[in-house]
Amino acid sequence: MYIIRQAMAGTLESSDVLVEISPADRISIDLESPVKAQFGDSILATTQEVLKAQGVEGAQVRLQDQGALDCTLRARLEACIARASEEADHA
Amino acid sequence: MDKLVNSLKEALKAAGLKDGATLSFHHHMRNGDYVLNMALAAAADLGVKDLTINASAIFPVHAPLIDLIKQGVVTGLECNYMSGPVGEAISQGLLDKPVIFRTHGGRPADIASGQSPIDIAVIAAPAADKMGNISGKFGPSQCGSLGYAFADAEFADKVIAVTDHLMPYPLVEYSIPETQVDYVVQVEKIGDPKGIVSGTTKITRDPIGLLMAQYATQVIEASPYYKDGMSFQTGAGGASLATAAFLKDRMLARGIKGSYGMGGITSYLVDMLEAGCFESLVDVQCFDLGAVESIRTNPKHREVSALHYAAPRPAVASSLVDNLDFVILGATEMDKNFNVNVHTNSQGIIMGGSGGHSDTAAGAKLAMIIAPLTRARMPLILDQVTCLSTPGETIDILVTQYGIAINPLREDLIQALSASKLPLRSIEDLQKTAEDLVGKPKPLPHGDKVVGKVRYRSGEIISEIYQLN
Repeated sequence: MYIIRQAMAGTLESSDVLVEISPADRISIDLESPVKAQFGDSILATTQEVLKAQGVEGAQVRLQDQGALDCTLRARLEACIARASEEADHA
Repeated sequence: MDKLVNSLKEALKAAGLKDGATLSFHHHMRNGDYVLNMALAAAADLGVKDLTINASAIFPVHAPLIDLIKQGVVTGLECNYMSGPVGEAISQGLLDKPVIFRTHGGRPADIASGQSPIDIAVIAAPAADKMGNISGKFGPSQCGSLGYAFADAEFADKVIAVTDHLMPYPLVEYSIPETQVDYVVQVEKIGDPKGIVSGTTKITRDPIGLLMAQYATQVIEASPYYKDGMSFQTGAGGASLATAAFLKDRMLARGIKGSYGMGGITSYLVDMLEAGCFESLVDVQCFDLGAVESIRTNPKHREVSALHYAAPRPAVASSLVDNLDFVILGATEMDKNFNVNVHTNSQGIIMGGSGGHSDTAAGAKLAMIIAPLTRARMPLILDQVTCLSTPGETIDILVTQYGIAINPLREDLIQALSASKLPLRSIEDLQKTAEDLVGKPKPLPHGDKVVGKVRYRSGEIISEIYQLN
């Protein structure tokens, strides 16, 4: 997947995460979370994993987490990547 | 004669305010309180330094304390509860000396015993006469009970009453008598009524909260203490109020007549009194306008001092918590030994305190925690609580939406409740359920400096709160 436009998914409600993705040459992840100390590593690992699974090699990712569960984070990331990208063969 | 002086500044001067003094305050004005800020601004004007503030609670409205601490006017802080910007600043290391956190019973016990002497008590008086007879039941800033201020008035060296409602002498329906009051200051406003009381406290509409309230009610009904003469305390949280509402219907249906409802009193407990669920209410603090109205008009609704409410022996011969059957409490964190944290949040920031939590837990025959098993991504049950507020051996039951855990120390309760249809589980099992949902949190790192000490009702320091990392 190539990230070709800026996109968002999720909300700032409790237990959700607002994901923003914009085009970039390489992957960078900016995380804000009230549970960063307890779950920051896990959130970053999940984000890297989803990006890789979707074939994203360059993206600027901003996560405004409000204590989302791992499954919520994955769903928001996938939705955001879909909104921000076009399939490689369409690029 | 009269005791009227023109300003707080003049009163503080007359009371002998000097560097290093300890001033005390009570929190019935809650987040609408103007008096603590007014008194400390006056003290700063007088140029004194190095004051210790002993307040029964600190609220967001007391944010000006932060600047006074930076200026060295205030260098010591003692309280039973602290929320808002002051708690956050303390957690960041604002104050050199650790804050001493007491309990609602421990504070007056320490004042009475001389462990924490008070030089000047400043009392927010919703009504007072010219000689210092004080009541909380009248005036534009009425707050009902003045329970937390009684020990301050009785044991402080000097006592200043600050009022916005001067009544004709003698104010016969006084709570604090003129015998204890040295100066009376009239000001325009002692507080904002909107912040004094929560307005209408409402039961939760959250289905999870309602489910937990249902479980809590069923636990009470299945326990051996559910019978005529039972006593009951609950807080003002949504699920706790729902439990009171459910319990009222069950008690009326079964014809159970209790002895007393206690605590911070809400309209829900007033409803229970008026419906005949209890013989009386004993009230250390009113949480809403319905409670204020009731304590003024209903002789069965009685104001009590914090000593009478919750103080431990030997400061008092006995207190009301000693005969409490049920108490419903909250928790931000617990561990497998039923230890409870109500002082800090998931980021380690001070946002509360014991209040009457550990006093009532120690006294009640059945101390119950109601709390959701997870809040956003944080599980309730950790391997270790960040701060020990209430020791687990005084907590009997945990009610969550995923099931109910009984403290293994209470074999009698396990036996009594196992015949019920309640979803009983071990606390380890509940912890695992939570971790399956949210994952296992890493322990919260903290800084080296101690910013708070938790002084249990016995006087023992049972926990230290650290500066944020």
